[in-house]
Amino acid sequence: MTISTAPVPVAAEAPAPGEPTKKRRLWAWLIFIGGAIYFLVPLGATFYWSLRAEKDVLGFEAYRRLFEDSRFWPSFTESVVNAVAAIILSLLIIVPTAYWVTLRLPKLRPVVEFITLLPFVIPAVVLVFGLIRLYGRPPLLLTRTYGSSRVLLVCAYAALSFPYMFRSVDNGLRAMDVRSLTEAAQSLGAGWATILRRVIFPNLRVALLSGALLTFAIVIGELTIALFMAQHTFGPYMAELTRSKVYEPSAMAVVAFAITWVAMGMIALITRSGQRR
Amino acid sequence: MGGARRPPRFRFGRYLGVLPFFVFSGLFLIGPTVILAYRSLEAPDGSLTLDNYRSLTDPNVMAAYGMSIRLSLLTALIGGVFGFLLAWAVSLGGLGRSSRSGLSTFSGVASNFAGVPLAAAFIFTLGRIGVITSLFEWMGVDLYDTGFSLYGFWGLTLVYLFFQFPLMVLVILPALDGLKQDWREAAENLGATPRQYWRRVAFPILLPSILGTMILLFGNAFGAHATAYALTGGSIPLATLLIGQQISGDVLNNPGLGYAVAMGMVFIMAGSILIYSILQRRSERWLG
Repeated sequence: MTISTAPVPVAAEAPAPGEPTKKRRLWAWLIFIGGAIYFLVPLGATFYWSLRAEKDVLGFEAYRRLFEDSRFWPSFTESVVNAVAAIILSLLIIVPTAYWVTLRLPKLRPVVEFITLLPFVIPAVVLVFGLIRLYGRPPLLLTRTYGSSRVLLVCAYAALSFPYMFRSVDNGLRAMDVRSLTEAAQSLGAGWATILRRVIFPNLRVALLSGALLTFAIVIGELTIALFMAQHTFGPYMAELTRSKVYEPSAMAVVAFAITWVAMGMIALITRSGQRR
Repeated sequence: MGGARRPPRFRFGRYLGVLPFFVFSGLFLIGPTVILAYRSLEAPDGSLTLDNYRSLTDPNVMAAYGMSIRLSLLTALIGGVFGFLLAWAVSLGGLGRSSRSGLSTFSGVASNFAGVPLAAAFIFTLGRIGVITSLFEWMGVDLYDTGFSLYGFWGLTLVYLFFQFPLMVLVILPALDGLKQDWREAAENLGATPRQYWRRVAFPILLPSILGTMILLFGNAFGAHATAYALTGGSIPLATLLIGQQISGDVLNNPGLGYAVAMGMVFIMAGSILIYSILQRRSERWLG
């Protein structure tokens, strides 16, 4: 047992019996460095390639070409619109459901929880298979036009977001006193729509934002479902680019990584500032 | 709105409130799965049969399932062990707070960095023109002469680990935090060495969590399609890629078998999620 070098007043921080020995810390460093190498080398290599599009000089030529590609912005914007639509749809379904289950139908909770976990059980490729078989034939025929397939795609994305959205909203609801807030609003004469819009939604801001950002990160580059529904979104575009070009895919991967990083970083920021309040 | 109308709306609303959720899930999650299940039980003449499931022994299907299962087991095992070690290093290894928050934020990013960009990143690292491949060449070793290929089993393993490690870290970090200081003190007061403490106290408590998360990793790899598609374009037999080919054009020459292959995946995924949740519940007894 080693003795801590500085007096630490907080019990949880006191490292007395479990304080790392030198040997343990050495091992921890070795593991950490090993992990860092594994994760950083592919990212570094990709970044390096993305700077090499011009002969003999390092520069941002690959990025310029990527952004000037005639299909980059249309596919990217289309995916952003799809993602936002899926997020809104998912919020409109999950928030009232989670609220209602918490307040009025606690018995239904296991069933709802089970259904929200289904996207983990049904792989995306199986889901799109089923969607095509269900909606691709008469009488429904939703896959006939590009627009109706797109609606189907957005619905599938909303369903895919259920596990994250439900969990995040549910955690948010647990953190506040739903019953008292509802009763207080009711006693002031508010109807259900008003309660949801003006009491529950604002109190759930942190939970909703993190659920939304996570959904965005997952949906923005989604390949499988979009591919089989023949959609010209960002995922299929990136796959096509990877097959057909040399330097642009590296710039694309860097951009995609940055988008994921921004989304996750924002979640971390929001959650932290939410806890501080 | 009107006070007089409230009581009846109330009773209605009780189930009306959750109705959109059930309708939507029925249309876009349960419906598609049910239709696949139904079709997998249908014979060409429309009668019910189990023949499609018997045909799963078809060599193409077996090869795809076999490869998927081996790949998922291996990446779950490696990802599980090293992910655990990484989580241990930043939580109990004494690397300081910043390494911990850095790793957990990075894990959030990396576990969502799957699909095409991930495949591209590895092509630039270990593909034929990749940086590491060139580095080996410069040292006089041609990686692709040694039998390695990014587009084969071992390449896929390396790529999948990029999202397997972080998932393990994210799920297991809270479990490591749940180990109580008291247990360690109690063990040490009774004369246990650190090794004994880990073997007889901490490890048995963590084991259900570790196993459960590894099973979660198994499912995570088993259902992955985009990364493998972007990397190999379908040149490697994997269950998800086989289903993809079956969607685009009946490669198995038997639609019924295609539905059975898809349902087989759902059963395996459901089994792994079920075992995960059972083990997770068990670990909550101590770590909850």
